[in-house]
Amino acid sequence: MGSSGNGFIKKAMVIGGGIAGITASIDIGNAGYNVLLVEKLPSIGGRMLQLSETFPTLDCAQCTLTPKTVETGQHPRIQLHTYSEVVRVEGQAGNFIVQIRKKASYVDWEKCTGCGLCQQKCPSKYPSEFDRGMGLGKAIYTLSPQAVPNKPVINTSHCRYFLEKKCRVCEKICPVGAINYQQEDRIIEEKVGAIIVATGFDLMPIERFGEYGYGEIPDVIDGLSFERLNSASGPTNGEIRRPSDGKVPKEVVFIQCTGSRDPERYMPYCSRVCCMYTAKHARLYKHKVHEGQVYIFYMDIRSTGKGYEEFIQQTMEEGILYLRGRVSRIFRDGEKIAVWGVDTLTGKKVEVLADLVVLATAIIPHQEVKALAQILGIPIDLYGFLTEADRKLKPVETNREGIYLAGCVQGPKDIADTVAHANAAASKVQSLFARYS
Amino acid sequence: MNYLYFPGCTLYTKAKNFDQTARNCSLLLGFELIELPNWTCCGATFPLATDNLMALLPPARILARAKEQGEILTTLCAICFNVIKRTNHLLQRDGEKREKINEFMEMNYLGDLKVLHYLEILKQEIGFSTIKDKVKKPLNELQAAPYYGCMLLRPFEEMGFDDKERPTLFEEFLESLGAKPVDFPYKIECCGSFQSVGSPEVATECAYRILTSAMKQGAEVVVSTCPLCTFNLDQKQSDILKAHLDFKTIPVLYFTQLLGVAMGLDPRTLGFEQNAVDPIPLLKRKGLV
Amino acid sequence: MRRLGVFICHCGVNIAGTVDVKKVAEEIGKIEDVCHSIDYIYMCSEPGQQLIREAIQEKQLEGVVVACCSPSMHENTFRKAVKTAGMNPYLCEIANIREQCSWVHQKEKEEATRKAMEIIQATLEKVRRNEELEPLAMSINRNVLVIGGGIAGMTASLDLAQGGYEVFLVEKGPALGGHMAQLSKTFPDLSPAFPNLLAKALEIVSHPKIELFCCSELEEVKGYVGNFEIIIHKKATYVDWTRCNGCARCIEVCPVEYPSSFDRELGMRKAVDFLYPNCVPKRVKVTPTQCRYFQDRSCRKCEEVCPEKAIQFDQKDERIHRKVGAIVIATGFDLFPKERLGEYGYGEIPDVIDGLAFERMLSPDGPTRGKILRPSDGRVPKEMVFIQCVASRDPDRYMPYCSRICCMYTAKQAKMYKEQVPDGQPYVFYMDIRSDGKGYEEFLQKTIEENGVLYLRGRVSRVFQEDGKVKVWGVDTLTGKGIEIGADLVVLATAIIPSEGVKELAAKLRATVDKHGFLTEAHIKLYPVESSTKGIYLAGCGQSPKDITDTVSQASATAGKIQALLSTDKLFQDPLIAYVDETVCSGCGICVEICPYEAREMDYRRGISIVHVALCQGCGACIASCPNFACELRNSSSVQTLRMVDTFI
Repeated sequence: MGSSGNGFIKKAMVIGGGIAGITASIDIGNAGYNVLLVEKLPSIGGRMLQLSETFPTLDCAQCTLTPKTVETGQHPRIQLHTYSEVVRVEGQAGNFIVQIRKKASYVDWEKCTGCGLCQQKCPSKYPSEFDRGMGLGKAIYTLSPQAVPNKPVINTSHCRYFLEKKCRVCEKICPVGAINYQQEDRIIEEKVGAIIVATGFDLMPIERFGEYGYGEIPDVIDGLSFERLNSASGPTNGEIRRPSDGKVPKEVVFIQCTGSRDPERYMPYCSRVCCMYTAKHARLYKHKVHEGQVYIFYMDIRSTGKGYEEFIQQTMEEGILYLRGRVSRIFRDGEKIAVWGVDTLTGKKVEVLADLVVLATAIIPHQEVKALAQILGIPIDLYGFLTEADRKLKPVETNREGIYLAGCVQGPKDIADTVAHANAAASKVQSLFARYS
Repeated sequence: MNYLYFPGCTLYTKAKNFDQTARNCSLLLGFELIELPNWTCCGATFPLATDNLMALLPPARILARAKEQGEILTTLCAICFNVIKRTNHLLQRDGEKREKINEFMEMNYLGDLKVLHYLEILKQEIGFSTIKDKVKKPLNELQAAPYYGCMLLRPFEEMGFDDKERPTLFEEFLESLGAKPVDFPYKIECCGSFQSVGSPEVATECAYRILTSAMKQGAEVVVSTCPLCTFNLDQKQSDILKAHLDFKTIPVLYFTQLLGVAMGLDPRTLGFEQNAVDPIPLLKRKGLV
Repeated sequence: MRRLGVFICHCGVNIAGTVDVKKVAEEIGKIEDVCHSIDYIYMCSEPGQQLIREAIQEKQLEGVVVACCSPSMHENTFRKAVKTAGMNPYLCEIANIREQCSWVHQKEKEEATRKAMEIIQATLEKVRRNEELEPLAMSINRNVLVIGGGIAGMTASLDLAQGGYEVFLVEKGPALGGHMAQLSKTFPDLSPAFPNLLAKALEIVSHPKIELFCCSELEEVKGYVGNFEIIIHKKATYVDWTRCNGCARCIEVCPVEYPSSFDRELGMRKAVDFLYPNCVPKRVKVTPTQCRYFQDRSCRKCEEVCPEKAIQFDQKDERIHRKVGAIVIATGFDLFPKERLGEYGYGEIPDVIDGLAFERMLSPDGPTRGKILRPSDGRVPKEMVFIQCVASRDPDRYMPYCSRICCMYTAKQAKMYKEQVPDGQPYVFYMDIRSDGKGYEEFLQKTIEENGVLYLRGRVSRVFQEDGKVKVWGVDTLTGKGIEIGADLVVLATAIIPSEGVKELAAKLRATVDKHGFLTEAHIKLYPVESSTKGIYLAGCGQSPKDITDTVSQASATAGKIQALLSTDKLFQDPLIAYVDETVCSGCGICVEICPYEAREMDYRRGISIVHVALCQGCGACIASCPNFACELRNSSSVQTLRMVDTFI
């Protein structure tokens, strides 16, 4: 199916290759329409790829996600544009003209077989963003061994060739001659009939939290970092070791609502996933370090999804200590981290000497969403989330026909709700296309 | 049908009148309470420590001996009932502790005795309708507030006496006697008697709230299932009068005393002389004595 | 003897780091019928697949084993690859030497290498006897059945109809709207619920692609995805709806009044009445259990007064047959029954009501025309207590789960109360405040700060009547003190439970429910709107408690899934299903009993059991249970399986 008689193009563009974008793309592709999936990073999978296990079933995130990424990569109706960004959108529903910048990867992906030799031999190591700075990545890299597409890119700010015009190891070792240091960004133009925005979320940077040490205490990390520590493919191969000295922490403090529900200083909204992932973290930690003690500072426990309340109950029964109250100060105390807080149920001050502190930092939209909203001509709210047409009855529509939202770009949500939201966005696209047949 | 009966220390000594009335009433209702031979004190509190089994020995021994004599053990005192029933429950469920205790007692009790409160005997074994038929002096719509206290009901899972939030057994009992049960919110709240020695003012305050609440709902008499509660609610009224000028006294009866009235027993045998607030004027007014 | 090829993948270092792949390739290559055995770094990559294709053509291979990751990852990839080289895809099998070997034996390299060889040899045994198969094609019906006319069912129906599909919308009650029609305003923007709902309802009744069946239930369903045959039981309304014009004259003359369940017993309705005054379709229905005509034939006033002669006391139930390709279950929720909540005085104290009753009170079209008046004496309550988590989050006695919407609707109700009764004081007893949707936290903050609603963290221990008030005892866990409030009106946020009859409906549809009666989804994260049965989809609170936003998303999602399902002409099914050796089958019927998919059926004429190919999922239960060994699974025959087992022992 392409363009119908009246010039209505039955092809969709999905921006963002996380679980929302993947779900929407597969749904639309399965309905027989072509899809362009545009992802900023070199491969698809998004945040879910960084997770270890997922609540409330404790399924491995990779095992749940990889079949979906593989399906996306092989889908005859889905065309991937990874390492790409949407730079311009014109036109209206049925006939959007979009320009996509395909960033230079310095690797000819047509030639590359994904053998991985270049990554093995690359001498330039630096803290990997994917591992939240806790593990080392190479200057030529893929995000994971199961990356879709499994093609590497060169990070020019770390590659020795780009920095000092030396090295060229990858070029020499590549058996198919795919390395091309001369590659440049390209702009391609496409026509689509509908657009789904699924750019996901970011976490509020730890550096913004003065009371928690401005990111200066290495053993104060955020939830996503803890996911990496827990992940079998993470920097510690799934062993819980604290970043400063690699020791197994015996006392761990989790602090919920860091930057969320704090209208005076940070974000007034609730980030929706932290209560559950913190409970999950606490359990995973307890499963690995039996003698360890976990403290969770919380404001309200929000476990509203299916099977969530039961999960929390189970967590408490596993000996995890929930303290209702906020933390006032965190500071270094020798090898330990002192956490001052208050237990509002007893009204008493609590001081815990912890080995590791995990902050459930607020979910915020990506910085680039603002610019993207301008390109798309759709509104954003105070915090940078994209605004739906009607809070209740049109949760995936925007006020511009033909542009739909999926996942956390509209507001924080968990995986189950994100998938349903993405399914719904795909449904709207199908309905739109069907109306013009 | 006769029932094996554990009187317990209180009913054997200070509250002998409660015990006697129960025995007499039983005969009128067509059964006999057979006193368990060689019984000992039940220990009076169910131990909270889970690693010290010594405190469980007296009730365990009572149970084991009773099992040699029959299948059902009944008691009147709510505290004894609580201790014995919970011990029985624990012996039923916890094989490890059961084994240890049996080894120590040199007995082999499996927790298979049925422990019933006297009120449960009346309901399950005799039937309230039978009682209604046998009542000689129906209580003439006497406005009676049933006070359960805590021991009969809690912990719910172990006691299994009645609905823990809204029990109705006591009300049914009172109805069968021809009284009009008065519902009041304090009927399962603690009477504070455990504080009688340490902080008597706490117990007084609790009694004040319970009694005034019952009176507010129209009660003419408060009826209790527990000798300790009865004592606290009854004897404390003089103290309440000192603390609360607005307080009016109200008779507090043990449930067997009221049963005795309804069964037509001679009031002189019901031990009303031990009640601090004399119930006779009320009973006279109602034409019951 | 077949000419076989074996392709061993390194999976980067995932396999090659543990298993000596070179050695495996060499050893396997020595097997007599293996004509080709090689290893490669990533078999799934394009060059890897090319190696396979070339080998098939050059060596004229008749069977392929790819030793790599789990078949759930790449079985499709490799089957597609061999197909393009001209081989039947079902002659290609995966030997899983990653998840089942290298990943679990990282420290035992030699043993892992030996195990990898055994796994490959076992898989070779399978390929030697594999049949060439073709996917089964089934024609599909493109109509859809939606069960439930609440906001979920309405949204799904409209989405599907707009997508061009014919929809049969079956609603148990006489009108659309479900529980949303009972609501006053909705959180977090306080927009009135009804106007939005009305617009949707009107669109539905006028949509040419939607056929609406009110007062109807699904009676019977047969068939399978793409080809369901359904019977709709349409109950008599005793009114000819093609004639009724909604003039309401019959309602005026009807002498029978009784408490309206739509108004949660706070208002009255007539024996002939609308579901609610502005309901869609705006048609009346006679309630025979209340109507005097049906009691003793003493009254026919409505019949006499009807200008359109629409009243039909002799109307009969109808059974309507339809065919559909997919079904949406959107049966919604109920509130926890008051009979079971004695300790809150619910059902005994008239001024203790539930959240939905309070919604009716707040609704402009409700029994009090939107005025907050307590039921016992019609006075404006000056002190109000809201109690959250009534029967929710209470694993010992009631429901262990969170009902998800009560925190927000309680905040909304407290806010609306405060706006209507500015000198009143609302108290809210809560356990945790759960305001985790977009704009919810902000809404809640405003309620607390600007409206002066007093939140008390703690549970309530007793509710009783005293001095014309409803006394509420509770505890404030933040101060540790007991609290007593003499309230004029108490609103209980009772637990959300699945609506009545869902269990039976689910059984008819072969969908599953959890222990609380909520419908279970195929995967809690990735397939939240699919049921475990193909072609049956879930929307709304029947699956789990959710608010309107999430319900609408989910309903749209089901519509999308169905559109994708029905967008093709034929459905293809894997041919790896059971078949029967008719000469051996004795017709004992054990397999019919055991089949979880109702795919086995007795052919009494021939005295054997047959396989319904479209329903069979290839689970193998019938094969294991057949006492005569008369059933087999395609390409997993008992010979194949035993040979595979032999390689390991």
